[in-house]
Amino acid sequence: MARAVTPQRKLLMTIAAWSVALIIFFPVLWMILTSFKTETSAVASPPQLFTADWTLENYADVWNRSDYPRFFWNSVVISIGSTLLGLVIAIPSAWAMAFVPGNRTKDLLMWMLSTKMMPAVAVMIPIYLLFQKLGIFDTKIGLILALMLMNLPIIIWMLYTYFKEIPGEILEAARMDGASLGSEILYILTPMAIPGIASTMLLNVILAWNEAFWTITLTTTKAAPLSAFIASFSAPQGLFYAKLSAASAMAIMPILILGWFSQKQLVRGLTFGAVK
Amino acid sequence: MGKIQLRQVRKSFGDVHVIPGIDLDIEDGEFVVFVGPSGCGKSTLLRLIAGLEDTSAGVIEIDGADATHLPPAKRGLAMVFQSYALYPHMTVRKNIAFPLKMAGLSEAELTKKIEAAAKVLNLTSYLDRRPGQLSGGQRQRVAIGRAIVREPAAFLFDEPLSNLDASLRVTMRQEITELHQTLKTTMIYVTHDQVEAMTMADKIVVLNAGRVEQVGSPMDLYNSPDNLFVAGFIGSPRMNLLEGPEAAAMGAKTIGVRPEHITIGEGPWSGRVVLAEHLGSDTFLKVDAGANGIMTLRASGGVGLGHGDSVTFGPHAGKIHRFDADGKAMK
Repeated sequence: MARAVTPQRKLLMTIAAWSVALIIFFPVLWMILTSFKTETSAVASPPQLFTADWTLENYADVWNRSDYPRFFWNSVVISIGSTLLGLVIAIPSAWAMAFVPGNRTKDLLMWMLSTKMMPAVAVMIPIYLLFQKLGIFDTKIGLILALMLMNLPIIIWMLYTYFKEIPGEILEAARMDGASLGSEILYILTPMAIPGIASTMLLNVILAWNEAFWTITLTTTKAAPLSAFIASFSAPQGLFYAKLSAASAMAIMPILILGWFSQKQLVRGLTFGAVK
Repeated sequence: MGKIQLRQVRKSFGDVHVIPGIDLDIEDGEFVVFVGPSGCGKSTLLRLIAGLEDTSAGVIEIDGADATHLPPAKRGLAMVFQSYALYPHMTVRKNIAFPLKMAGLSEAELTKKIEAAAKVLNLTSYLDRRPGQLSGGQRQRVAIGRAIVREPAAFLFDEPLSNLDASLRVTMRQEITELHQTLKTTMIYVTHDQVEAMTMADKIVVLNAGRVEQVGSPMDLYNSPDNLFVAGFIGSPRMNLLEGPEAAAMGAKTIGVRPEHITIGEGPWSGRVVLAEHLGSDTFLKVDAGANGIMTLRASGGVGLGHGDSVTFGPHAGKIHRFDADGKAMK
C-alpha cells in the first residue's frame, strides 16, 4: 500500500532535500563568490560570504597570465576523445557480456570494477615511465589513452546495464533477417540504446574533464588540460585564493553548463535498470 | 524448396539434456506443428533449426545440404517470434525492408516487395507507423511481413499467437493457415495449444521431455495415439483414462475413452454429475464414476443434467483405446 504524503511531511522532505543540495553545492558557490572578491577580501578573517568590493579583475588577470583557450581545447579533445574511443571498445564488449555471456562474465565485470578501487598512485611510477618510453608523455593521444583506460570499466558497466534491458529476441530477429554482427550492433542495438549511450557519454565526458591526478602527472605544458591550468595557479609564493577561484570557475564552467542542461538525461542514465 | 531433416539432433545445457536425440523429416511445403507441454523442448528444437542455438550433436539438413553449423542468416529461414521482436525505432516500412536491405536489394525492388507484402497483410495504411503505434494483431502481421518478403525456404513460428486475446488468436490462426495455402512454403509452428495444432497442421510432432512421442496428421494422432501421453495431450477435453478391472477385462493396463465417444443414458458405467459446463452447443459433464474416478462426458447443449444428477453411460463400440503397462498403445 502506498504511504500517504501529508503536507507537513512534504515540507520536511523539501527542506531536507534543499539542505543537502546546498551543502553539496556550497563549496562551488563559495569558489564562485571568491572569484569576484579582491585577494584581501578572499582571505578575510572571519571569512565573509559576501563582500562590498566585487571585482572582475581576477578573471582579467587569469586570462592575461595564461593561455586559457589552449587548456580549454586540450580538455575538450581529451575528454571527448577518451569517451569516443572508450565507446568504440565498450559497445562490442558490453554486447558480448550482455548477450553471449560466458561462465566467468560476472567475475570479469567485477574484476573490471575492482580496478577502479585501486589507488591510482600505486601505478603512477610504472605508467609515468611507460608513457615516457612510448613517447606519449605530455601528448593528447597519451592522455586520451590513459583516461579511456581509467574510465573503461564504468563505460562498460553502464552500457552492459543498458544492453541487458534490450530483449535478446530483437537481436535474434536481426540475425535471422541476415544481419552480420556489425550490422546487428550498428542498425539495431546502437539506435535502441541511444539514451543509454548518450548518458554514458555525458558522464564520461564529465569524469574525464574533472580528472586531475593523471592529467597533471602525465603532462607538463603541451597537452595540459584545465585541471593542470587550475594547478598552475598554486604558486610557490603562496595561494592567491581569488585568482585560484577565478581559474577554477573558468575551468569548471563549461562542464557545469553541460551538466545542467543534460541533468535529466544523466539521472535517467544513472538510475536505468534500478527500477522496472 | 524447404525440406528439413534432423538426424540424431541433441542439445544439452551443461548436464541437462534438453533434447536427448531427435530424428525428424519435414517435407517441402508442409505445415508442421511442434506441440507439447511447457519445458518439453519444442522452442529449443525450433531454435536449433533456426541456428539460434548450437546443436550438441547430430545433423540438420536443409534441402539436402548440411546446415548444422551455418549461422542463422545463411540458412534461408525466416522466423516469427512470440514477442514479435519488431525493431521499435523503425517504421513498419523499415522493419519489413530490413531483411531486404541486409540482402543488398535495390531501392526499387525493395519498394515493390514491401508494397506487395503490405497488401497481402493489410498493412498498407500503417507503413509509416512505428511498432509502438500498432495493436497486437497488427504487430504480428508486421512480423509475418518481415518474414515473407525474404521468400525463405521455410517459416519458423515460435508461439506467435500467445500474446493475443482469444478472438484475435482465432483470426490470426486462420490468416496464417491461409498464408500457408497461398505461399505453399514449409512452415514449422511451435505451440503448447493443441487446438492450434489440430486446426493448422498437416503434421503434428508431439514432444515430451525432449523426445518425439508421435508424428502424424492431426486425425492420426486423435484416432490412433501411440501412447498414453499423446492420448492425454491430443483432444479437448482430454481422454478419460481408466485402470483396474475395467482395463484388465479388456486385456490392458489402461483404457482410454474420449468424452465425445460416450453414450449417455445407457451402458455399463454410472455416476453422479459433479459439474456441468454449458458451452451452448455442447455441455461437458464431470461425473464421479466411483472406482473409475472423475470422468468427462460430452453431451448436447440442451441436456437437462446438472449437479447431483445420476447418470448411466457407456463407450461407443470400437472407440476404446488400450494401453499396456509401458503406456504404449495396443493395436
